[in-house]
Amino acid sequence: MAHNTHGIPSTEERFEFTSESRSKLLIAAALGVVLVAIGAFLLNKGWSIGVWESHGAGHDAAAAGHDAHAAAAHGGGEHHGPTLINRIIANLWMNSVYFLGISVVGMFFISYNYVAKAGWSVSIKRVAEAFPSFIWVPGAIIIILFLIPSTRHMIYHWTHEGIMDKGSENYDKIIATKSWYLNMPFFTIRLLAYVGVWYYLWTLVRKYSIAEEQEGGLEYYYKSRNVAKIFLLFFAVTSSTSAWDLSMSIDTHWFSTMFGWYHLASWHVAGLAALMYAILILKDKGYLKAVNDSHLHDLGKFIFGFSIFWTYVWFSQYLLIFYANLPEETIYFRERFTGHDGRYWWPFHINFVLNFFFPILILMARDSKRRPTLLKLGCGSILVGHWFDFYQMHMPGIAKDQGGIGIIEWGTTLTFASLFIYFVANTLSKANLYPKKHPFLEESLHHDI
Amino acid sequence: MADNKYLVGVFDDEDEVLHAVGEVRHSGVKIHEVYTPFAIHGLDRALGYDRPRMGIAAFLFGITGTCCALLLTFWTMGIDWPINVGGKNFFPWPTNVPIIFELTVLLASFGMSFTFFVMEGMGPTAKPVIFDVRSTDDKFIMAIDLSKNKLSELEITDILKESGASEVNVKEV
Repeated sequence: MAHNTHGIPSTEERFEFTSESRSKLLIAAALGVVLVAIGAFLLNKGWSIGVWESHGAGHDAAAAGHDAHAAAAHGGGEHHGPTLINRIIANLWMNSVYFLGISVVGMFFISYNYVAKAGWSVSIKRVAEAFPSFIWVPGAIIIILFLIPSTRHMIYHWTHEGIMDKGSENYDKIIATKSWYLNMPFFTIRLLAYVGVWYYLWTLVRKYSIAEEQEGGLEYYYKSRNVAKIFLLFFAVTSSTSAWDLSMSIDTHWFSTMFGWYHLASWHVAGLAALMYAILILKDKGYLKAVNDSHLHDLGKFIFGFSIFWTYVWFSQYLLIFYANLPEETIYFRERFTGHDGRYWWPFHINFVLNFFFPILILMARDSKRRPTLLKLGCGSILVGHWFDFYQMHMPGIAKDQGGIGIIEWGTTLTFASLFIYFVANTLSKANLYPKKHPFLEESLHHDI
Repeated sequence: MADNKYLVGVFDDEDEVLHAVGEVRHSGVKIHEVYTPFAIHGLDRALGYDRPRMGIAAFLFGITGTCCALLLTFWTMGIDWPINVGGKNFFPWPTNVPIIFELTVLLASFGMSFTFFVMEGMGPTAKPVIFDVRSTDDKFIMAIDLSKNKLSELEITDILKESGASEVNVKEV
């Protein structure tokens, strides 16, 4: 192993985002949309290619009657059974939330590293810094889906007409008691605040980062630190509230005190895995020469630790309900284990394998955290696994018995992933790959553990 | 205990001692140990130490804890004195996961501590050898066991001085 106190590579590196890769990514994004259209067309014709897909557009009403969620349905004439549109909306929603999380974790990563005065992470700071440039795309999709009444009704049961009015035939006492939190104005303001403030704070950090490179000095370091502190304070609250808003309130009757952490842990570890993947791909292409195996090792430890942390909260959420005998809260797990013909049993359980079992075996050893191939395997497993995590969080509540994994899911994810990579690569290409005049860059270049 | 003669090189700077370790080893001197006020990254590698095998001990102790906890909970709750809690099974495994986890961590950490103490010869009756008290303050100490080196005292002193030692003392233990 080369001792890295000698031969530090140059900090002058610029990522080139070629027009060829630009068009490739855009074609991939368009292909995703086409795939969704093909998938929807085929399903409408009654041809199913994916797994767990229902046969034909009509759904089995008897099966829906058994599950716990349907038991909470109200007799109003407004209620129609879920259709294919529900499944497409659910896909848009889950991918938006998933990629919103990965993007915002870039900002989260920068912020806690600033506040902790961490030096090692400076050489990978620009990669993390590129992630949040994507925040507004899934953010805008989330806000638009919420503002359109028909899609809002598909996603959120609590937005139905009269559900909080006493005397209405749709009245639901449990939901009505939550009206102080779950109401249209407050909810809209919250959604706007998440996306707006996260994105705005990122633009500040980004601006200071670019200015620091021009002018040097410590002034921008302190400014960025202050922004990081504000972001962490804001994110400490909004990471939980956004989890309740974006994911937990889909299953309105149910709540879990672990959910905010669980959601954040899922976002965080998926974002770190995406960060690792981005670094490894850049290294494969000959960039980021100053990122050595000690950096990879540290980031790998982060991913390993947080994949265990995710498992811990994921299981604790289940365990608390199981342990404390809370039958009214078992509805969430019942719906995923046996509800909707048991179609969510696999996505729920595959979670554990892909997000805990596989990564812990792969990333446990010291050497494997320094080997790009094994890191890619572990991080890929985490990225796919947390996609399934959000799938099983959102699908049962939105798509209900129309859920499945097929061309529609591949298409939506392909579109989101291509756009995400496009945005990240585009932001990366606009500045040097290292923050050249960052006060801790020297420390990071000599990082050796 | 036979009296052993040690040469003690005193260095002023962590970079110097890190550099010197390489030079001294290169000229064929076996280093007994390096004492520093704080951990220096890369020193273990420079000294040519093997990777610590504490992980293996941790795994073995940990798996022992897991088995003990499984046995304990299974025996007490499933066989010896089954209790009906909210109509659950007599041996509901999720209930026991915290205990299994805790006992795994407990045995792994205790086992690792004891292994460390035994392997390093530390304990209530052990008398530590202090080559130079300043190694707990601001000096970096390199101890060389003369009985285990073929080179003479004079030659090693020269090597130490050349590699940047500010002083070289002799200590008999």
